[in-house]
Amino acid sequence: MSVFGDQVFQLARRSVVRTVRQPANVIAPLLFPMLLLAVNSGGLKAETRLPGFPTSSFVAFALAVPFIQGALFATMNAGTDLARDIQTGFLSRLSLTPMRGVALLAGQLGGVVTMSVVQGAVYLSVGLAVGVRPASGGLGVLALFGFAILVALGFGALGAFAALRTGSGEAVQSLFPVLFVFLFLSSMNIPRNLIEVTWFRDIANANPVSYLIECVRSLIITGWNGQALGLGFGIAATIAIVALVLASWSLRGRMAR
Amino acid sequence: MKTLAVARAVAWRTIHNVLTTPSLLIPSLVFPLFFFTAFAGGLSRVRHAPGFNYAPGYTAFQFVFVVLQSAVFGGVFTGFGIARDFEGGFARRLLLAAPHRSGIVLGYAASALARWLLTVTVLTAVAFAVGMKVGGSGVDLFGLYGLALIMNVAALLWASGVAMRLRTMQAGPVMQMPVFLVLFFAPVYVPLTLLSGWIHAVAVLNPVTRVLQAGRGFLAASPTEVGAAFAAAVALALGFSLWALRGLRKAEAAG
Repeated sequence: MSVFGDQVFQLARRSVVRTVRQPANVIAPLLFPMLLLAVNSGGLKAETRLPGFPTSSFVAFALAVPFIQGALFATMNAGTDLARDIQTGFLSRLSLTPMRGVALLAGQLGGVVTMSVVQGAVYLSVGLAVGVRPASGGLGVLALFGFAILVALGFGALGAFAALRTGSGEAVQSLFPVLFVFLFLSSMNIPRNLIEVTWFRDIANANPVSYLIECVRSLIITGWNGQALGLGFGIAATIAIVALVLASWSLRGRMAR
Repeated sequence: MKTLAVARAVAWRTIHNVLTTPSLLIPSLVFPLFFFTAFAGGLSRVRHAPGFNYAPGYTAFQFVFVVLQSAVFGGVFTGFGIARDFEGGFARRLLLAAPHRSGIVLGYAASALARWLLTVTVLTAVAFAVGMKVGGSGVDLFGLYGLALIMNVAALLWASGVAMRLRTMQAGPVMQMPVFLVLFFAPVYVPLTLLSGWIHAVAVLNPVTRVLQAGRGFLAASPTEVGAAFAAAVALALGFSLWALRGLRKAEAAG
């Protein structure tokens, strides 16, 4: 393995081990989205009787939400851990070594991506257990995991950027309500075309999270929908690129030798 | 009298802390408004689902839930403050100084109530500003506030019982999660009759369902299950007052 590859592997391993050793960081991203899924799929089942609702199963409709909600937790975990590294001086000590800054970022995000795959597998297993069958088939499931990885990468880089800019775990945690607002003001509970209140529909239309959710949703309930996939992957890739550039730029300042 | 003096001092300190700390004040005002916006704005089409009959409309339907939610979480957030007081050592000094320690619980309860009154005032003003309709003369609205007030006290007593037993901020999820589940396993989005399967079975047994239905009845000027709702709310408050007082004894014993 090359020196750079070894650095990334060691840091990714550290990131995963550190997450696993904090039960709250493992349980919360698995439990909270599933609880919200249970509550909403039970309470909003009547919505499937509305004319124009795209499926007769609200669980299938709502299963997309945990994938995005899980990514929000990835933002928090990646950011908080990195902020702790800054606060405890780990990053300063690391900057005394020949390690490249980009390896730190890649390693940290490698851990986040690994966790997102585990989360995705759990969400999908729960969906399959309650009778959801992805309309896009086996290939669609692969696309789903690819999308989950891309979203986790983007949101994880966003968390890393916040941590590198502020150096404070509390500041990163304060991002959570903001991201939560984006989630709730999207099409998470109802298709955009069925939102009755104009201003809410306008916000949902402008909210990128709507398109991330609809990308996953299309693979589960519609099949292969080029527009939904194009918008979802496009927005996720844009978020990932912008966040990675911002995080790399901030890292350069933090690791000034 | 000594109990009341302790209660007054604890309440004043807690209210002062909340009012002068934006990170405590703003979320308790903004979150109920946010949920009100997300539910009443985003899901209003649900009122067209077959079998959904609620005359005042979906905004009023969700207003009742958000009022109860703000009351209950107002109590829980005050519980976080108690845990913080224990973690910082203030609560131990308070236990030493207070001649009648039940006044401590009473003081926290009074502060939770004051905190919620501020939230519900803002929430009600916003609801009327966005055109919420209320059936009848509007006097019944105070029935809803009465129920929410008892739920606020019940939630505070639950949270303070947990805080006094665990005495750490890490107890936050233990206070919050059961409350979240009990609230959301009630008919939040649609009336009970439109729920089906396991959630219906759970909602029927859930005491919050009675409170929610009575609150919605008040707003529609057709009170329903009022006796059962007040009985459920008072029973919760009484049950959790024992829980909180036993928690206080455990905190005293821990020194």
